[in-house]
Amino acid sequence: MNQLLFYLPAVLITVSAMTVVWTRNPVYGVFALILAFFNGAALCLMLGAELIAMVIIIVYVGAVAVLFLFVVMMLDIDGAIKDARLTQYLPLAALLATILFLELLFFIQISLSEASVTAIAPSTITNTEALGRVIYTDYMPLFEIAALILLVAMVGAIILMNHHRRRQRQDVMHQTDSARKKSVQLRQVKTGQGLK
Amino acid sequence: MTSITLEHYIILSALLFSLGVLGIFINRKSLLHLLMCLELSLLAVNIALIAFGTAHGDIKGQVMALFVLTVAAAEVAVGLAIVTAFFRLRRSIHMDDISLHSQKSEA
Repeated sequence: MNQLLFYLPAVLITVSAMTVVWTRNPVYGVFALILAFFNGAALCLMLGAELIAMVIIIVYVGAVAVLFLFVVMMLDIDGAIKDARLTQYLPLAALLATILFLELLFFIQISLSEASVTAIAPSTITNTEALGRVIYTDYMPLFEIAALILLVAMVGAIILMNHHRRRQRQDVMHQTDSARKKSVQLRQVKTGQGLK
Repeated sequence: MTSITLEHYIILSALLFSLGVLGIFINRKSLLHLLMCLELSLLAVNIALIAFGTAHGDIKGQVMALFVLTVAAAEVAVGLAIVTAFFRLRRSIHMDDISLHSQKSEA
């Protein structure tokens, strides 16, 4: 049972990752990415990281994948991705990725001990509570920096999307700069004639 | 039958990371595919961090995974904004069109 719970998400995540890599249609790619995220969340659950699993589903599936879908939908990229693939580099790319994987395997083999994977949290506190106890005390500066990163990313994304648009805005310098001479004119109006 | 050890998770994570790198190489021209493969690599890193943390009985692995997740979300927001702005400018998401020089020489 334990093995099935590992190998099923493992196989599914590998297959969906291959789909993301190979598909030409970005919509299929995004859906395969969603499947990969779900299986990643399942693996995190297996590792006893319940909070991370839920955050992966909420943030990645709920926000990131939907953002990808919106961008795919908004951009008319049918013609833009026609020859988006470099097949002449495929052997080189496959070779490099295989070498990277073998390197990683090699270092994994020589460095890992036979540590078994058991859930961390003792039964007294939950995983979320254990994370919260650490994040809000030891990692408080890091936590605030993460908040700052999110704020900067939000501001940056909004500015990137908005700066080209000419919109009516208040120009404070222009307003305070205006003098009476520019806007008000005194005329002597004779009776019964009016202004020309 | 042996039980699932740390090695299984780390090898799976290495495989996923290599697939992400392969995707970055293959889909080198499309910014959107590139970002998706980047997300895949970050997911692999997250799995590795959590597996190490669990194997060593340390919660810090999950803390690091949480921060990686935060940065990944920020990165994809800014990246997709850049892709959209770039598409508005050039009507294309090819990497080749980013350079200001190649636009004139190739056309």
